[in-house]
Amino acid sequence: MQSSFSLSCSQATTVPRSNYTFDSLPFAPSKPINLRFCGLRREALGFSSLSRSHFRRGLQLHTPTRSKRISASLVDNGSPPKSFDYDLIIIGAGVGGHGAALHAVEKGLKTAIIEGDVVGGTCVNRGCVPSKALLAVSGRMRELQSEHHMKALGLQVSAAGYDRQGVADHANNLASKIRNNLTNSLKALGVDILTGVGTILGPQKVKYGKAGFPDNIVTAKDIIIATGSVPFVPKGVEVDGKTVITSDHALKLEFVPDWIVIVGSGYIGLEFSDVYTALGSEVTFVEALDQLMPGFDPEIGKLAQRVLINPRKIDYHTGVFASKITPAKDGKPVTIELIDAKTKEQKDTLEVDAALIATGRAPFTNGLGLENINVVTQRGFVPVDERMRVIDADGNLVPHLYCIGDANGKMMLAHAASAQGISVVEQITGRDHVLNHLSIPAACFTHPEISMVGLTEPQAREKGETEAFEVSVAKTSFKANTKALAENEGEGLAKLIYRPDTGEILGVHIFGLHAADLIHEASNAIALGTRIQDIKFAVHAHPTLSEVLDELFKSAKVEAHVSSQVSEPVAV
Amino acid sequence: MASSSPFLSKIPISNKTISFTSSLSPLPSTFPFKSVRHHRRNALRVQSKIREIFMPALSSTMTEGKIVSWIKSEGDVLSKGESVVVVESDKADMDVETFYDGILAAIVVPEGETAPVGAPIGLLAETEDEIAEAKAKANSKTGSTGSEAVASTPPPATSAPAPAISQPAAAPAIPAVEGPRKIVATPYAKKLAKQHKVDINKVVGKGPFGRITPADVEAAAGITPSKPVAPKPTPVAAAAAAPSPPAKPAATPSAPPLPGSTVVPFTTMQAAVSKNMVDSLSVPTFRVGYPVTTDALDVLYEKVKPKGVTMTALLAKAAAMALVQHPVVNASCKDGKSFTYNSNVNIAVAVAINGGLITPVLQNADKLDLYLLSQKWKELVEKARAKQLQPHEYNSGTFTLSNLGMFGVDRFDAILPPGQGAIMAVGASKPTVVADADGFFCVKSKMLVNVTADHRTVYGADLAAFLQTFAKIVENPESLTL
Repeated sequence: MQSSFSLSCSQATTVPRSNYTFDSLPFAPSKPINLRFCGLRREALGFSSLSRSHFRRGLQLHTPTRSKRISASLVDNGSPPKSFDYDLIIIGAGVGGHGAALHAVEKGLKTAIIEGDVVGGTCVNRGCVPSKALLAVSGRMRELQSEHHMKALGLQVSAAGYDRQGVADHANNLASKIRNNLTNSLKALGVDILTGVGTILGPQKVKYGKAGFPDNIVTAKDIIIATGSVPFVPKGVEVDGKTVITSDHALKLEFVPDWIVIVGSGYIGLEFSDVYTALGSEVTFVEALDQLMPGFDPEIGKLAQRVLINPRKIDYHTGVFASKITPAKDGKPVTIELIDAKTKEQKDTLEVDAALIATGRAPFTNGLGLENINVVTQRGFVPVDERMRVIDADGNLVPHLYCIGDANGKMMLAHAASAQGISVVEQITGRDHVLNHLSIPAACFTHPEISMVGLTEPQAREKGETEAFEVSVAKTSFKANTKALAENEGEGLAKLIYRPDTGEILGVHIFGLHAADLIHEASNAIALGTRIQDIKFAVHAHPTLSEVLDELFKSAKVEAHVSSQVSEPVAV
Repeated sequence: MASSSPFLSKIPISNKTISFTSSLSPLPSTFPFKSVRHHRRNALRVQSKIREIFMPALSSTMTEGKIVSWIKSEGDVLSKGESVVVVESDKADMDVETFYDGILAAIVVPEGETAPVGAPIGLLAETEDEIAEAKAKANSKTGSTGSEAVASTPPPATSAPAPAISQPAAAPAIPAVEGPRKIVATPYAKKLAKQHKVDINKVVGKGPFGRITPADVEAAAGITPSKPVAPKPTPVAAAAAAPSPPAKPAATPSAPPLPGSTVVPFTTMQAAVSKNMVDSLSVPTFRVGYPVTTDALDVLYEKVKPKGVTMTALLAKAAAMALVQHPVVNASCKDGKSFTYNSNVNIAVAVAINGGLITPVLQNADKLDLYLLSQKWKELVEKARAKQLQPHEYNSGTFTLSNLGMFGVDRFDAILPPGQGAIMAVGASKPTVVADADGFFCVKSKMLVNVTADHRTVYGADLAAFLQTFAKIVENPESLTL
């Protein structure tokens, strides 16, 4: 019904309207943004279908009269509840849901959060948080075991050892501590934590409950789906939780195998290789793509491989799939059958002590009741537009329903989920907000760390080609940084990808000591639109690792002049 | 130095910082040392068309560089301006390009090795014909490493087709394994094999499921692991004959194992024992035996046993007290030229632990009282079992005690651990019929002790006198409890 409506309507109005919408966008057109276009147009059409007489109102999409739009849609929504239990219900109490809830409370919304498992989600319980505990241990072990390094510092350490259970306890204690912090912060702010699995029954209506108990039904003006993801296990892989494991099991560190295969060399695989090799294991990577560390800037990946892979007890098979993985049993080792990623020919069989499946993560959206609102997932991901509004099977926006975090698959990072949640809360409280995903940094906590924000060099060059601008690259080495040399950790590179004509920062990639902490200067600059010609005048304390970025910005050759006047000098 | 190099780093280096802003720009067209280069080029042309690739000076402070990786391999055709090798300087890693067209004939300095600035790291041939010549040159240049470089690629036309000079033929020694068994080697084992130039196909895997472990490769390469494989403290044992499964003497590599036999590589501790035992052969030792009556000691032992005193502690204490009176037996000969009189009497006691042998040390055994000594001993044994002994707790002994008496052994011969002057081998105490001076027979418990000593420092009379004192202390053991 809606589509026919909109078709008839669009004949007369599509062109001027979409122009209007387009003009209000803060984006220049580009390839990925074309997608956003579609979303926008759909949105415009969707609203036009509400009522022809509301046409003028639909036009004012981005003006502060949003409340009118909401009431209009309410009227057309069949029989929605007249008053709501909550202003906002968030399904999933991971980092994304938590971030959204905190911001919602700040904005004065009555908020509830539904959690079927434990507060904190993957990040806190089975992901970033416990893995950092293990990596903290591995970093120290690595340092203590490096005789050469210790000797260079004049230190003498006799045989460093570790207690597996102690290490595992540290990770577990950290997770429960952070979990309690999250739970307490939600409670202290007055967010209701509703326990049970949340299912969407219809517009603005959610049921939740534990198995075996009667379900409760609650209503809310707006709903955010933040159900996150689970480890992705490819076909043919039999996970027994002991010798064939996912990151969920590995973080418990129930045993340290002599030899472990890690399937996938992304963030998760790399971090675990760091942990396992520091604890004495040997590691074999199995990577489907032709190169290790896909997704990283190629140059950074090359250097990282030289430091993180080649000198360690690690080997690898690239361009192969693990077609079948059988856990160890009946006195036989774990067997992994490898087939060529392209020809599918049988290539090799590995016999090892354990296998860690780190092939990425799959959205956790089953049982969410999306069929009740005519939403079809794409490979499990909930389709959303650039404002995290859920799109239904007909390509229309589902009113009052948003999806953030891993469940929408835009950027599967805890802090991205949180940022998306905040963006949604901004929207539902009347302030339009579109999150710039290119300003969201990412980090891999190996030793040394890898971090990045924005585009990689090939991406930037491709964009430069299509949009006809020049791309330049500047690099600085940690070997020239005093603080890094003082730590005897001179291995590292920082790389800046920028537009020499405007001074716009397109991407920054860092590999080196504390890279994860260093990236924020660059990500903030991108988020705030700071140009290189301006930021190069910012002062950095000496001697600090931050001077790596200082050098980086200063070494860039920008044609544009200082855009904003440096604030008036103040006599002190 | 870099001036004479056919390579030119494309990056302008400043002393302070290295920025790569221009890294994507073409090679600088002006070459500051043109005349020098031409001179060199001419000189080379006269001799041959093989050019040496030098370690470039990538910064003013650089004195040597490490080859991070060779981007090109031997036999690759290079064209001017191509990156050939990645060099790590004191400041950064940099790609280095060739300044000439040619063929990379030989890699003189392999990946991971270091060369001083200006040293040849590779050879560039102008035509294929010169490759062999270049290889020969590389060979003569680097000796062993060079030969490896040559062997790694089959030379297209070598003058003498010498049958691979590879590893000392271990091939025939390998028992025919059932069928065409797949070789399974761990990542580190493969790396070690490459590093030590061991043919992984000829290594017999002793790891779980028959896989080749790093230890197998090290055994094949004939080296003792420099570092413990697992990050657990594995104390290096000093050694002595003791109740331990005797470590098999290292068989000569030529003797093939019997079919069906299994070869188990030494653990770190066993390897240390083996090394110490072989080292002991350089010390001229002699042995002196002495019977000691232990009736009084046995009585005392029964008395103090409930207080946690062990026979080991009693014997250690007795030996320590005797050593105080005979410092020369407590001395050692470190350099073959002098006596080293030790300031402490530290009694090392040989203990068998799981597949190994270690000698925890009772330090200042002469000064500690029997009860403290016993307590200390208990702690040491527990630590040894948990493999948590600190180095000073197993390698600071000045005299070693080895006791096989509890097995009924009546006498045995101990090997002197390197660095010590003497070791005492204690047999079982047995009732023996003895006739006293007056011709009366009686039954006394007698124990045979046998001391092995370094004759460079301890002479027969010294040892005899020491044993006499020791026997007196044991026969009148009251002093032990003081």
